[in-house]
Amino acid sequence: MTDVATGPVIRAHDVHKSFGSLEVLKGIDLTVERGEVVCLLGASGSGKSTFLRCVNHLETVDRGFILVDGRLIGSDLVRGRLHEARPSVVTERRSRIGMVFQQFNLFGHMTVLENVILAPMRVKKEAREVAVERAVRLLGRVGLGNKQDSYPAHLSGGQQQRVAIARALAMEPTLMLFDEPTSALDPELVGEVLDVMRYLAASGMTMMVVTHEMGFARQVADTAVFMSEGRIVEQGPPEKVIGAPDHERTRAFLGKVL
Amino acid sequence: MSGSTDTRFHHDRVDLADLVAIADHEPVRRRAAGQKVGGAVILVLAGFVVAILVTNPGFDWPTVGRYLFDVSVLEGIAVTLELTIAAMSVGIVCGVVLAVLRQSGGPIPRFAATLYIWFFRGTPVLVQVLFWGFAASLFPRIGLGIPGGGFLVSWDTNEVIPIFAAAVLGLGFNEAAYVAEIVRGGLLSVPAGQSEAADALGLGRLATLRFVVLPQAMRAIIPPIGNQFISMLKMTSVVLVIGVGDLLESVTQIYSRNYRQIPLLIVASIWYLVMTTLLTLVQARLEKRFGRSLSRVGGAR
Repeated sequence: MTDVATGPVIRAHDVHKSFGSLEVLKGIDLTVERGEVVCLLGASGSGKSTFLRCVNHLETVDRGFILVDGRLIGSDLVRGRLHEARPSVVTERRSRIGMVFQQFNLFGHMTVLENVILAPMRVKKEAREVAVERAVRLLGRVGLGNKQDSYPAHLSGGQQQRVAIARALAMEPTLMLFDEPTSALDPELVGEVLDVMRYLAASGMTMMVVTHEMGFARQVADTAVFMSEGRIVEQGPPEKVIGAPDHERTRAFLGKVL
Repeated sequence: MSGSTDTRFHHDRVDLADLVAIADHEPVRRRAAGQKVGGAVILVLAGFVVAILVTNPGFDWPTVGRYLFDVSVLEGIAVTLELTIAAMSVGIVCGVVLAVLRQSGGPIPRFAATLYIWFFRGTPVLVQVLFWGFAASLFPRIGLGIPGGGFLVSWDTNEVIPIFAAAVLGLGFNEAAYVAEIVRGGLLSVPAGQSEAADALGLGRLATLRFVVLPQAMRAIIPPIGNQFISMLKMTSVVLVIGVGDLLESVTQIYSRNYRQIPLLIVASIWYLVMTTLLTLVQARLEKRFGRSLSRVGGAR
């Protein structure tokens, strides 16, 4: 694999997205450096989840482009125009982007271990032993070494989400996307998931996190981005954006959630 | 209600001490009033049925016994089973393809699949089987060539599509339309998040279908497919009309010689019942197997 180990991990330029007549993203520009942890904040409907999903092309971008590791993700540049990329190409490009969903989305018919080794074996064509070895190591790291033969339905939400993180890490991503990873969890289970994410951030992983956990954003994020009505209103160090925001809309939002 | 003189309503006004003092706190179970009467009526009716079966000489049980294991009957059973399995195989393979086309193909494949289902569900299977049986009169020869320009190579239709194959195609293509709907329902029953997660992991469309979506759709697909198998087993009897030699045809041929229609139809019915019973047992086991571990996908919603 040709790894571009320098330069920003994400470079989004003028990203627009509409659902029908509803314009959800109205031109997003954002750069995420290697090892940077970015938290996307904002009210529901502000477009932050949609933007996150655009980064690995789960949503197609209507206008603008997103580069991940220097490569266009959902489009190709052909003779001076952007063309939608073939599905197989998109599939290949996003295999180095890990994604963690609000609803975990573990494969319910597979054990924890099978969930984690599926993509390495089927996408990277790794030998089973290699995939299993890494999976066991990753599950140990998220504190679930003893759960590899359980089925997702028998795990708590927090455990499921930690498995989901291990599953994404098994593809050795250069970027991890988190879409409200703790929003579906009972309050007492939030901490264990945030601990794993904190650990991941400390290990130098580039992360983009949509979250309502202001404490986490303050403590872990290098950059906090506040979005409202499809635009980035304000971005900067979290102590600035959360602690002393410039914009009225940021203040109004924080006043409600803090 | 106060002032009521009906004593039936006073049993709930009790002294707590009395209540605690009674020895047994398990209430005496009520039996629904109709149960005893209904049971008696059914027993009497069952008695009548048995009496008729025994006393009416028309049932001719000795003949039933004589032909139950007759060689041509057993051969007919073999043909019926082969037909069922072959036609269901055709139906399931084509049905899955149709369902996938209808679900995720472009507008033209989707329209084609819809048209197929419209046609094959909209015409009787008996008519379809007859069509295949008479295919030779419509296309006496089939082969490769240019439309309007004659054949380069060709074969006699009756040789390429023997009557058994005609029956399999007739039943199978019809079945595919129903299987397609069942499979489509199964695919829709798998939450969208599952294929999104597979997409995000870099699994391609086919891998997602094969490893993630289809295995989970099976739980919704197996029970109705089991029903289809059972109904196919019985539906194979319509191939009688093109002379394939299935169970029903075997018995009709016997009674056309000895004129003992009723006992021979009983022979056929007994065997159909035996086969459908076995299939029901298989179906129950499969359902149990595919239901394992799938109790719930995802977390709180």
